[in-house]
Amino acid sequence: MINYVYQLVSPQVFSVKYEDIRFEDKVIIRPQYMAICHADQRYYLGQRDHAVLQKKLPMALIHECCGKVVFDPTGTWKTGEAVVMIPNVPAEHEKHIYENYAKGSRFLSSGYDGFLREYVDLPADRVVSANGVPLQGAAISEFVSVAVHAVTRMDTIAHPVRKRIGIWGDGSLAFVVANVVRKIFPESQIFIVGKNIRKLVYFSFADETYLADNMPKDLAMDHAFECCGGDGSSYAIDDIIRHINPQGTVLLMGVSENKVAVNTRDVLEKGLTFVGSSRSGRRDFEKALELMRDPTFMQRLEQILYEDKEVSSIDDIHRVFQTDLNTPFKTVFGWNM
Amino acid sequence: MIFGAILAGGVGSRMNISDMPKQFLPLGDKPIIIHTLEKFILCDRIDEVYVGVHPNWLGHMGDLVDKYIKIHKKHVHVVAGGKDRNSTIMNIIDQIEEDFGARDDNYIITHDSVRPFVSARIINENIDTVLEYQACDTVIPATDTIVTSVDGKKITEIPNRAWMYQGQTPQSFQITLLKQWYAELSEEEKKILTDACKIGVVRGGDVHLVTGEVSNLKITTVPDYKMAQAMLGGNLID
Repeated sequence: MINYVYQLVSPQVFSVKYEDIRFEDKVIIRPQYMAICHADQRYYLGQRDHAVLQKKLPMALIHECCGKVVFDPTGTWKTGEAVVMIPNVPAEHEKHIYENYAKGSRFLSSGYDGFLREYVDLPADRVVSANGVPLQGAAISEFVSVAVHAVTRMDTIAHPVRKRIGIWGDGSLAFVVANVVRKIFPESQIFIVGKNIRKLVYFSFADETYLADNMPKDLAMDHAFECCGGDGSSYAIDDIIRHINPQGTVLLMGVSENKVAVNTRDVLEKGLTFVGSSRSGRRDFEKALELMRDPTFMQRLEQILYEDKEVSSIDDIHRVFQTDLNTPFKTVFGWNM
Repeated sequence: MIFGAILAGGVGSRMNISDMPKQFLPLGDKPIIIHTLEKFILCDRIDEVYVGVHPNWLGHMGDLVDKYIKIHKKHVHVVAGGKDRNSTIMNIIDQIEEDFGARDDNYIITHDSVRPFVSARIINENIDTVLEYQACDTVIPATDTIVTSVDGKKITEIPNRAWMYQGQTPQSFQITLLKQWYAELSEEEKKILTDACKIGVVRGGDVHLVTGEVSNLKITTVPDYKMAQAMLGGNLID
């Protein structure tokens, strides 16, 4: 069957690639809702290095997507079942290494076609059930799974005192990480450090919120998540090192285009642990969807979703990317291409 | 119920590059008609898919279904086509009603077998539109200026291009309505009115528009065939 793949060929230019889907061993899924990630937006706007764009384009964007199964030769999934797609394509399994860090792993929408396609074909183990989760919400499962992965790593690595946890950032990632922390460590006190008062008000479930330029000097936490990325990373990391208690664990989650200077003197003095956390694997998706089946958790997530009108033409794809530039959190959209 | 109807009654006389009807020519690693059929089978809103083929090619089509169709094969039915497009549709409708009974909530999505680039959106919008309005046609806005000439020598008229569209398929109908329109035609009209939507228009019915795609091309000539192969990125088969 001839399948339409909507590839970004250069910034803000899409072209259609026609590919032949063979009905052999993969699950065929009709995408229903998608969400835009900052990484997609950077490709769309051409904000990556020229060399990166040269290497990775053309490719289809979008790695946050849910849909329904239309065919599964393996019998794992029922036709019509609501599912979420995992964009991580792991290389061979290595003991002690998470699938998302394994050498040779691929990521759909980073050098390989993402989910901006008429139909998506994936191995059965790259599909997770979304039953019981509203589809508009299920579209951001990948995003939630990234937060789950980071919190899981913190739980594995950090010392057992979790009385106070600090989260730097007031965007979508910080919001979702804060929600997952609240759910997994219900006894912990959570505070958020951000730059925009209008965004911080959304974190009503956190115990405290602070503006970055007005933090109490004695603010302290046992562990921290850096969810800023970009130019904000260096300021956030510096703040965290200053305020964190000795032997705390810091999860680095924001992508910075430039190298960041780190106050290693205080890192050494406090005996801190820095953990890089990026993307997610199947187990994180399953845990994310388990959390998202809780109506309270899902209702909180829905606060940061902006559902744009359905996409049924390439002009509409441009429209949702423009919309996303003007929405403070996550843009989701129905797919009818 | 919603039925797909793939029209493959032609014998390929316009192609002149093969004795084989064009819908059976390879595109990538399977025949054109299989690509088309797979797109319809994959649409979960379509209950059953019928293929109308020239009686001489019934056996060949059956073999192709056996060989290539790996999904939902039991929902595919091959029937003999008629002497023209509309009689092929009517043969398919007869078979549908024999298999599933005649009901007012039966709809048919008819499609050229040689348009394998039809998209899920076009099929879904045909279904949405026919369920609401009982009849629809897939079109794209005309990009070239349309010139009419009755005698083929001088211009009769240049219509306003904003009103001009190029017809594609699918064309979709409530089966009861299409049968009623067809039954009212004289034998003479049946010869002239080869397009199912035109029957409706001539009978004063409302046929709504669904936006098609330029890529939903009809593989009719050798250049079309080469274009389709180039679009799919495969080797050209001359």
